Amino acid sequence: MYPSRFRYEAPSTVAEAVAMLAAADGEAKILAGGQSLIPMMKLRFAAPAMIVDINGIGGLDYHRSDPDGTYRIGALCRHADLEKSAALADAQPTIAAAAPVVADPLVRTRGTLVGSVCHADPQGDWASVMVSLEGAVVAQGPNGRRTIQVTDLIDGPFQTVLAPDEIAVEAVIPAPRGARAGGYLKLERRVGDFATVGVAVSVEMSGGSVARAGIGLTGVGPATINASEAAAALAGTALDADAVDAAAQLAAEAAQPRSDHRGSADYKRHVVATFVRRIGAQIQRSEHEAA
Amino acid sequence: MALDEIKIGGLGASRRRVEDNRFIRGKGNYIDDIALPGMLHMEILRSPLAHARIRSIDVSAAWAIPGVRMVLTGDMLAARNLAWMPTLSYDTQAVLATDKVRFQGQEVACVVADDPYIAKDGCEAIVVDYEPLPPIVNPIQATAPGAPLIRDDKTGQDSNVVFDWEVGDREGTDRAFAEADVVSTIEMHYPRSHPSPIEACGSIADFNRATSKLTVYMTTQAPHIIRAAVALVAELPEHMIRIVSPDLGGGFGNKVPVYPGYVVSILASILLECPVKWIEDKSGNLISTGFGRDIYLKGEMALRNDGRILGVRMHTDSDHGAFFSDAQPSKFKIGLMHSAFSCYDIGAAYLTAQGVYTNKAPGGVAYRCSFRVTEAMFFQERMVQAAATDLGMDQAEFRRVNLVRDDDFPHRTPWGLLTDSGQYGKCLDLGLEAIGYEDFLRQKEEARQRGRLLGIGISTMTEPLGAGNSREYDILGIKMFDSAELKVHMTGKALLRTGAKTQGQGHETTWAQIVAHELGIPAEDVLVEEGDTDTAPFGMGTYASRSTPVAGAAVSMVSRKIRAKARKIAAYLLEVSEEDIDWELGRFSVRGAPDRGVTIQECAIAAYSNMPDGMEPGLENNAYYDPPNLTWPFACYIATVEVDPETGVWDVLRVVAVDDCGVRINPMIVEGQIMGGLTEAYAMANMQFITFDEDGNCIGSNYMDYLLPTAWETPGFELHEVVTPCPHHPIGAKGIGECATVGGPAAFVNAVIDAIGDTGVRNIDMPLLPDRVYEALTGGHDVSGAPPVTTE
Repeated sequence: MYPSRFRYEAPSTVAEAVAMLAAADGEAKILAGGQSLIPMMKLRFAAPAMIVDINGIGGLDYHRSDPDGTYRIGALCRHADLEKSAALADAQPTIAAAAPVVADPLVRTRGTLVGSVCHADPQGDWASVMVSLEGAVVAQGPNGRRTIQVTDLIDGPFQTVLAPDEIAVEAVIPAPRGARAGGYLKLERRVGDFATVGVAVSVEMSGGSVARAGIGLTGVGPATINASEAAAALAGTALDADAVDAAAQLAAEAAQPRSDHRGSADYKRHVVATFVRRIGAQIQRSEHEAA
Repeated sequence: MALDEIKIGGLGASRRRVEDNRFIRGKGNYIDDIALPGMLHMEILRSPLAHARIRSIDVSAAWAIPGVRMVLTGDMLAARNLAWMPTLSYDTQAVLATDKVRFQGQEVACVVADDPYIAKDGCEAIVVDYEPLPPIVNPIQATAPGAPLIRDDKTGQDSNVVFDWEVGDREGTDRAFAEADVVSTIEMHYPRSHPSPIEACGSIADFNRATSKLTVYMTTQAPHIIRAAVALVAELPEHMIRIVSPDLGGGFGNKVPVYPGYVVSILASILLECPVKWIEDKSGNLISTGFGRDIYLKGEMALRNDGRILGVRMHTDSDHGAFFSDAQPSKFKIGLMHSAFSCYDIGAAYLTAQGVYTNKAPGGVAYRCSFRVTEAMFFQERMVQAAATDLGMDQAEFRRVNLVRDDDFPHRTPWGLLTDSGQYGKCLDLGLEAIGYEDFLRQKEEARQRGRLLGIGISTMTEPLGAGNSREYDILGIKMFDSAELKVHMTGKALLRTGAKTQGQGHETTWAQIVAHELGIPAEDVLVEEGDTDTAPFGMGTYASRSTPVAGAAVSMVSRKIRAKARKIAAYLLEVSEEDIDWELGRFSVRGAPDRGVTIQECAIAAYSNMPDGMEPGLENNAYYDPPNLTWPFACYIATVEVDPETGVWDVLRVVAVDDCGVRINPMIVEGQIMGGLTEAYAMANMQFITFDEDGNCIGSNYMDYLLPTAWETPGFELHEVVTPCPHHPIGAKGIGECATVGGPAAFVNAVIDAIGDTGVRNIDMPLLPDRVYEALTGGHDVSGAPPVTTE
């Protein structure tokens, strides 16, 4: 577990970091939480020539709601910050459901949501959650900032459209068009295991019906899956059992799992459908309790 | 006034572990904590392929890296006749590959450098040209017609079969099956698992040319055997070899064998004349060192309608990997399945066993068990459950009918072992009462009506612990006794050394308790040391739950020798004859005048300052103990579970454990052993295995794939005890270290199979992953977990 030789830089501003990345000519990696990068370097699966450690950059560890309901999560906001936040639990139920099941408690104290999304591991939980919320990341490069939808950001396993000299500085979740509800269910063999199957369902309820829905799938394809047809089956419904059932079937069809030691492809599809139904039922139950 | 034995930390005291004082402060001294002046670092280059011919190895780029001091390949070792080493089973194992690589992760070359980073860079710079060959990952492939020959290095080896053995009473068993009312059959695979100590293996070899002394710091559970092996294999004089086993971060059987890394580090130190350190990484440990299990069963039971077991037939196919490096199972009577059904009174038994080579890591070590005892007990209890089901009999009642009765001891087991003590029925009843058996069966039925799946699994077993007795057990011809040396200083404090080697068992705590029990010297006044062959008495080390049965007995016996000498000193001091001396804990007194007495501490100072005329000064002695038999603890484990019919996920509701390990020296440590063992049992049943794909790639080569349960998923355990003292052990103790690992898995699996009993499913191979349970539930058929695993 000895990484290859690398140069270590610790900039104190984003601009400085961007300049370092630009100078490194694609040979640099950004270190935020380091919970994926460092193991990969120790296994020598990754051997970047330079590490740009952004932990010394101030003002990136926030998560907060804008007055209009837009939610922002900074690049150094740790999973544990999200897990422990009471304010977030009300504003972002899907994130609140996912935070306690990301990795294990040790990883959660260091790892970051933005880093996880940009790592683009098909088994990463956060990308699915962000997809279900129509979330985006804000990337800063030499020419300023741009906003990239997470569905556009990830273009393959461990691949994103970020340029080598861009840093994702925050994740953004648009303001809801109603009351948020949602959930995240994950089948894992053990705490800290990657998901055999993970399902994120987010809905915005307005006047008793679904104003918007999103469904993201973890671990059942070469990249995070946006089950948009399944989500569309929920839109406009009262989230009744039939609608949820239809969405569950469509989500299972959207999944592209492969058989491996975690289970057969058919089994994983079945679990996707089961989890969509269970989250649907959970939301139904809490709506009833609220009413 | 008599001493309170519990207050001085004697037998039965749940004394806190003294070794933890340094461990919890980060002051342990593990192999990687040791640094010697001028020390170099070694890394191993491993094969990425499971089976391939080596066309060439180009090491020139590695030599060119600044800081690389030596690059070693199989050819360099072959020139010194060290490319192959003997195994415990009289096979050979490649140290560094010369002709072929035979499993993924096999050692191909080593680089020695100024630091481990450079050594790793050196490994990456080596270019190996491989010609891939078809890999074999299970016994069916190994014995298929036209299968590629894995061990083409061995003359006369014309197939992949390692051995073909039979034991037992074939004709008697045939007769039992002819008389049977019902024959119950079951097939299953016990997957490959790994002892996976948190600390992997490592060594620091330090050859001093000036003194000709070789010192090796090494993660070994058996330092004296290693010294003997180095003396024999390397042809170095034994008195010039010192093996030091420092603090060990777990062993579980993984640190018994000799691995290539140790051998090459020793050679490198001799060649370079400076200390060479090799620290294995976690993946190296998981993919190349001694695994456990990986064995297939076809089991049959001949049953009478009244529930009696008339006979048992077992056939096993075991997968030994590329080199046969198990402890020789035909030599050791408990090496095959001989110990199965020892707790049951059955008529006849017959076993056939075939072992094969495959393109997988060698090993077959006893992972927290004695030889193949874990597999034997798992198969036994799975067969018992299937048999009771086939008879339509209650699981508990079926066991009660067949368990050996208390007045039947000594009992000759079907394969010829002799059990000597136990209260099996009492343990079972206590377990059933604790779990609330009848209540649970009612709950289960009610739940079933509502579509919920509850299940209960029982596992009862006795197993042979504490190799050995010298008639039947030896390693390399060395009899399996053990030893203790006790030095009582003049102030009454003492130093105890044994030939065992603690690796988490708590010897530093419990050996002192035995001394306290025998001599009345407070346990805190006894320092325990193990692991240095220059100071410790010769012993066979710690594995197979043998420490307390063998070395622990030696501690008793040496303490009694000390007491016998102290008695003479006491008689002298009290001016009476030895026959007129009484002993109570820690004190001799004059018979009939109990006020006139001397303490053991007063005897100690007298041994150095005021001994009788003609007596040798000092109060020191040693004892070598050869046990008359194995010890036979008994256990009853009961688990209840609920299976989610929609996902196949199962949760443990309760686990009850009843253990009878005879007299408990330190009950807290015993309970820790049982809880640790049950955790491993749960892991194997629920999540843990090493498997392989069609290409021979190892799945389970790191902790992302080879899962150790955390506190989060590990269930709570409810522990109970029954005490039946061992009739031949000086303090009545039996082994306990492995009982729960051995007997536990069947309780969990039986519970899940019970929960889905309506489907007619007889078996799901471990680990009972949710997808396997779901497949069994929805498909109504058994589910195999044998490799290769399908990936698409």
